[in-house]
Amino acid sequence: MTRGGFGRRIAVAAFVALFSVCLAMTLAPRAGWAQQARQGVNPTAQAVKEEQLLKELDRVTGRVSIPDSKAGTLIQPEGREWRAYHERTLHWIGGIAILGMLAVLALFYSVRGKIRIEHGWAGVKIMRFTTFERFVHWLTASSFIVLALSGLNVVFGKVLLLPLVGSDAFAVFSQWAKYAHNYLSFAFAAGIVLTFVIWVTENIPNRTDIAWAKQGGGILGHAHPPAGKFNGGQKLIFWSVVLVGAAIAASGYVLMFPFYGTNIADMQVAQIIHGVLGVLMIAVILAHIYIGTLGMEGAFDAMGTGEVDLNWAKEHHSLWVEEEMSKARAAGGGAAVPAE
Amino acid sequence: MARVKFLCDGDRCIECNACVTACKNENEVPWGINRRRVVTINDGKPGERSISMACMHCTDAPCKAVCPVDCFFTTADGVVLHSKDLCIGCGYCFYACPFGAPQYPRVGNFGSRGKMDKCTYCAGGPEADLTMAEYEKYGANRLAEGKLPLCAEMCSTKALLAGDGEIIAQIYKERVVKRGYGSGAWGWKTAYREGIDV
Repeated sequence: MTRGGFGRRIAVAAFVALFSVCLAMTLAPRAGWAQQARQGVNPTAQAVKEEQLLKELDRVTGRVSIPDSKAGTLIQPEGREWRAYHERTLHWIGGIAILGMLAVLALFYSVRGKIRIEHGWAGVKIMRFTTFERFVHWLTASSFIVLALSGLNVVFGKVLLLPLVGSDAFAVFSQWAKYAHNYLSFAFAAGIVLTFVIWVTENIPNRTDIAWAKQGGGILGHAHPPAGKFNGGQKLIFWSVVLVGAAIAASGYVLMFPFYGTNIADMQVAQIIHGVLGVLMIAVILAHIYIGTLGMEGAFDAMGTGEVDLNWAKEHHSLWVEEEMSKARAAGGGAAVPAE
Repeated sequence: MARVKFLCDGDRCIECNACVTACKNENEVPWGINRRRVVTINDGKPGERSISMACMHCTDAPCKAVCPVDCFFTTADGVVLHSKDLCIGCGYCFYACPFGAPQYPRVGNFGSRGKMDKCTYCAGGPEADLTMAEYEKYGANRLAEGKLPLCAEMCSTKALLAGDGEIIAQIYKERVVKRGYGSGAWGWKTAYREGIDV
């Protein structure tokens, strides 16, 4: 036997030993798996389950290979809650707010009637709102009326208007109403900003308003609590228009620019804010329109011609009249009435 | 009449996206709109599953309920369709839909939405069956030709099933019993208010 033969024998022995170790290592776990499989283990035990995902996160999202990443939301059952809000809750809130306000105003009118100028028309006028102030008011007001009607059409149109005009005419009308709603929002938003800028200094609440509120603003009795350029009620209108109007505009722009930094859940919330505040603001503005036209003699002139009757001004805005008078005296010397 | 449904067997879907491609081609769906998409959940992790999803043609469909111009209707087969002549593109159906099915072509400035587009179950629209007007607005009407939606018909692993709801539920049940597992009929509880108990 040569040295080479011995060497080969050692090599074979080493190979056999190594092979059996390897075999043992590979077989051992495999035997284990076979045993497990016989016991009926679910190979997809870790698989995701819809129910469990919905319990954890109330929506199911994943990855999509198309560029539209928002398509990664597989299931969002909140859609059903939003539907319940839109089809029931909003109808109730809107119905109660708007019809309720109309009923209150009708009742008020039947009890109180038109609030007259107690001392009659003076025949002398005093400048209340400049042309620019009236422009800002009517910019906001006219756009709001179109926005309110087209918004109400989205909420109540298919119940009230659709059966009357038929689906084709209603769809055409609604399409134009949507365009009007989208584009006039810019006029309304501009109006809100300008309203804030031109009147904010005169609308900061002060002690006069407390006294005014304690006497109920003179709305029910025949008292005329003193007030500056704007009384407590007008300040409330101002702040609700500015704050609620701004919130409505902001939530509206969220809806107008879909998926600009928002997702479906955000847009559902934005729509709820937009709808609820919208119908509430309509109710508030109905009261504003009432008192500015039908409800009070001499009030409309303020936003009509801009000049109000002196007696009206003395009764409703005594402090403001005094202020204007003293300003005029200081400036013109004796010209007590700034405008005739 | 059968009540047709979709069912995606998540344990069979291999995320090949052929259903997405078939849908786009069969219906000439415009650029940027996907009537069907495949969503992969737990991507790259153990237990990953892919689900092909489009309009589920819900029972008591939320889109139909919230539409301000009432442009949706449900056919005798249970397919939810809509009229693009009436749609004003307000986006409400998209807020209400649990499955993200409604899609809007962008037609103007600031993301203003055009007429909504969604899966028609390859059943066209309110126009007369198999007319050019119907095809241009809504795509193919395979149901009128006696065929099922193309996405399901050409699914290579038969993960996506379309047809009579009771029959496809039965097929799924048999699969689950035979192989011993199943991740569920995705979306059925939300769309049809019933799952498939095996």
